[in-house]
Amino acid sequence: MNLTLRVWRQPRRGSEGAFKTYEVKDVSPDASFFEMLDQLNERLNDQGEEPVAFDSDCREGICGTCGVMINGSPHGPQSGTATCQLHMRKFNDGDTITVEPWRALAFPVLKDLIVDRSPFDEIIQAGGYISANIGAAQDANATLVPKPAAESSMDAAACIGCAACVAACPNSAANLFTAAKIAHLGLLPQGQPERYLRTVAMVETMESYFGSCTNFGECETACPKSISIDVIAWMNRDYVAAQWKNLRKQGQQA
Amino acid sequence: MTMNTEGNGTMLDPKVPEGPIQDKWTKRKFDVKLVNPANRRKYDLIVVGTGLAGAGAAAALGELGYNVKAFTYNDSSRRAHSIAAQGGINAAKNYPNDNDSVFRLFYDTVKGGDYRSREANVYRLAEVSNSIIDQTVAQGAPYAREYGGLLDNRSFGGAQVSRTFYARGQTGQQLLLTAYQALARQVGLGNVELFTRTEMLELVTKDGRAVGIVTRDLVTGEITSHSAHAVVLATGGYSNVYFLSTNAMNCNGTAAWRAYRKGAFFANPSFTQIHPTCIPASDEHQSKLTLMSESLRNDGRIWVPKRADDTRAPNEIPEDDRDYYLERQYPAFGNLVPRDVASRAAMRMIEQGRGVGPLKNGVYLDFTDSINRLGRQTIEDRYGNLFEMYERITDEDPYVMPMRIYPAPHYTMGGLWVDYNLETTIPGLFSSGEANFSDHGANRLGASALMQGVADGYFVLPATISGYLANWLNEPPVPTDDEAFTAAEQEVRDRLNRFLSIDGTHSVDYFHRRLGKIMIDECGMSRDRKGLEKALEQISALRAEFWKDLKVLGTDESLNQSLERAGRVADFLELAELMVRDALDREESCGGHFRLEHQTEDGEARRDDENYAFVSAWQWTGEDSPPIRHAEPLEFEYVALTQRSYK
Repeated sequence: MNLTLRVWRQPRRGSEGAFKTYEVKDVSPDASFFEMLDQLNERLNDQGEEPVAFDSDCREGICGTCGVMINGSPHGPQSGTATCQLHMRKFNDGDTITVEPWRALAFPVLKDLIVDRSPFDEIIQAGGYISANIGAAQDANATLVPKPAAESSMDAAACIGCAACVAACPNSAANLFTAAKIAHLGLLPQGQPERYLRTVAMVETMESYFGSCTNFGECETACPKSISIDVIAWMNRDYVAAQWKNLRKQGQQA
Repeated sequence: MTMNTEGNGTMLDPKVPEGPIQDKWTKRKFDVKLVNPANRRKYDLIVVGTGLAGAGAAAALGELGYNVKAFTYNDSSRRAHSIAAQGGINAAKNYPNDNDSVFRLFYDTVKGGDYRSREANVYRLAEVSNSIIDQTVAQGAPYAREYGGLLDNRSFGGAQVSRTFYARGQTGQQLLLTAYQALARQVGLGNVELFTRTEMLELVTKDGRAVGIVTRDLVTGEITSHSAHAVVLATGGYSNVYFLSTNAMNCNGTAAWRAYRKGAFFANPSFTQIHPTCIPASDEHQSKLTLMSESLRNDGRIWVPKRADDTRAPNEIPEDDRDYYLERQYPAFGNLVPRDVASRAAMRMIEQGRGVGPLKNGVYLDFTDSINRLGRQTIEDRYGNLFEMYERITDEDPYVMPMRIYPAPHYTMGGLWVDYNLETTIPGLFSSGEANFSDHGANRLGASALMQGVADGYFVLPATISGYLANWLNEPPVPTDDEAFTAAEQEVRDRLNRFLSIDGTHSVDYFHRRLGKIMIDECGMSRDRKGLEKALEQISALRAEFWKDLKVLGTDESLNQSLERAGRVADFLELAELMVRDALDREESCGGHFRLEHQTEDGEARRDDENYAFVSAWQWTGEDSPPIRHAEPLEFEYVALTQRSYK
């Protein structure tokens, strides 16, 4: 396959950027999108032009390191697929492909296609955990978890933290990411003691960085793990409930 | 014994406690010097790497009250390659009532490692395995459940019991996320300071002990020194020395290699695991190989055509013309033989020309029988995400067409030599997880890497490290303006400048790919003296070429991925040579180390327990002199040394 790429090039954070056009030739349809970019980079390096910087690590769609906008869609045209699992057979010979970094004010570009997603870590640090000190656990089977609850929790826990949801959202909201973690932990018996404190802390940290959710649903479409926006409704309900649950604050009733 | 063939090598003492194996860990936890809770805040600790073994250690040490700095080159501590482990984690809970026990898990792991691991470490691993499940459940890992709400188990290679806990095909992800969240909690509480996009480029020692590290900020290029009372390296394995492996693109051996050059011994470097179930390579631009979980062998049957020239589609080949070679050769374990055995069997089939697929470089993993027996839905519930991943990569539907699989480099049993306390030969330098060598001998069993990562990080290291720290009570860490730090920083800068100033003609990947080819051909699934000797010459020549002809553009004062890779590949070019030396030195076959000269009549590994029942631990002696091989003798008191059989 022969392709024309329009790639966002930006030397550093805060500097001017621009699209640059490159031709790539003889790409195998079995190559992954990043293997195609590797091929471009190898040639750029040989020709004395700095390679295009992009984040990518596991190349199995599980670490969440990667992600670029491909023709305006986060992770490109194939649904439920991270960029690293997208293969060139999904494109046609002669296509022009536009490649950009995630678009969101909360994620400044660091170089070319790489952005800073550290606000995601801050949301987790605010409360996206169960406070269970190491060494203090009871027998694993002492708490029964109904199979459907474990399954729903796992559906939410499948989030890879890639931030495609934010990039897809017209408001740059991070509700799908935040709600997925709140649902993962809040659906399990182990997550009940901190459920409402966690929800408030995470939602408020989220709101200090990101826009508000207006139920476009673009996030669900873009999510490489197809996480349902149902979790956002779940989070909103718990956030409202938290207003009186936390007021009670005796902690005797979760 | 040939333990001292290298001349001046010595015997290493692993500092294993005396007494019956069941009591050793309890005894060590009691013997070890403690640091009281009020004094812990006087200690600064560094943890490099935030995979299971690193994030786990940083979180546990933070909870105990130490001041911890944690470092990762990734943009977040949720990315490390622990996240890609699919199938599960072993524990000796015996929930399925199928006669499992701590002793059986210990026994299986020693046997699976082909009797080249340290009994006391393996026993401890089996002993704490149950606490791992308890702990991670409490932290919210959404393991698979039965309808009654109890935890579900499945079986895995190398075992005849079901002891593997799992969360769909994403067990590593769910375990890493619990460790990541425990670490995030400590960061939020201010007990751990987290440095992302920060790579350790040098270990700093003073008066023979580890006192800190030098790092590079991968965004700004800034070089910084960090000082501490002790340093933990939890930096993973080095399978990427083969270029094509199942590891993530950024996995590398640099931290361990820098430590080796500062005096930490490197143990069993040639012990690498080639995993039997990966998707075969499709062309020369391929950047990595993708693992298909070993759990698939529970329900998939492996076969090749009986005739080498059979070109029919798999569905058109009748039963009589198929060779289910694992079931035929190993009736007791069948498709669930350990990884080294399964990989070599696949290699033999392909060597006989019976490989399948366009490049004839695969074997079939067929689910037809299971789908007929259990229904498509059950198979989808168990492996749905793996089947999807397979289809995305190959464009073939494994519900209809058998998968094609082939062995690929996956895990390195070798690593920094550590004693029972996980301390390296440099006092104050500890190592946990895949980065150390300790628990898997010459072959790791499936679902045991997660077990070791969590065990080391959550339970072992936090208990043993106080024994070292107690010696330094009220001593401040070495200041970062000390000559030890400034000299190390200068070395780091010089090396970066050297990469940038070569101005040759080829990219880093060009050299990495060539190194990978040498290593997989000569020091991969099978090895022999002639090939290994050839590899030594080739690696040396390639290294010289690298330093003359490398081309890295850009500067060291900004984000520069080529520069990052240059450092890692430069270290791989040295590490590869040590791997080959070790493979040459070990005149026997064991586990993943298969010397063609040493095999049984039916092609199995032939160990030489009389001469090689020891751990090789290599010491750096300088750029131009060969390393010295030391030895830690292995004694088997509880598991009798026998020819490993899965028939």
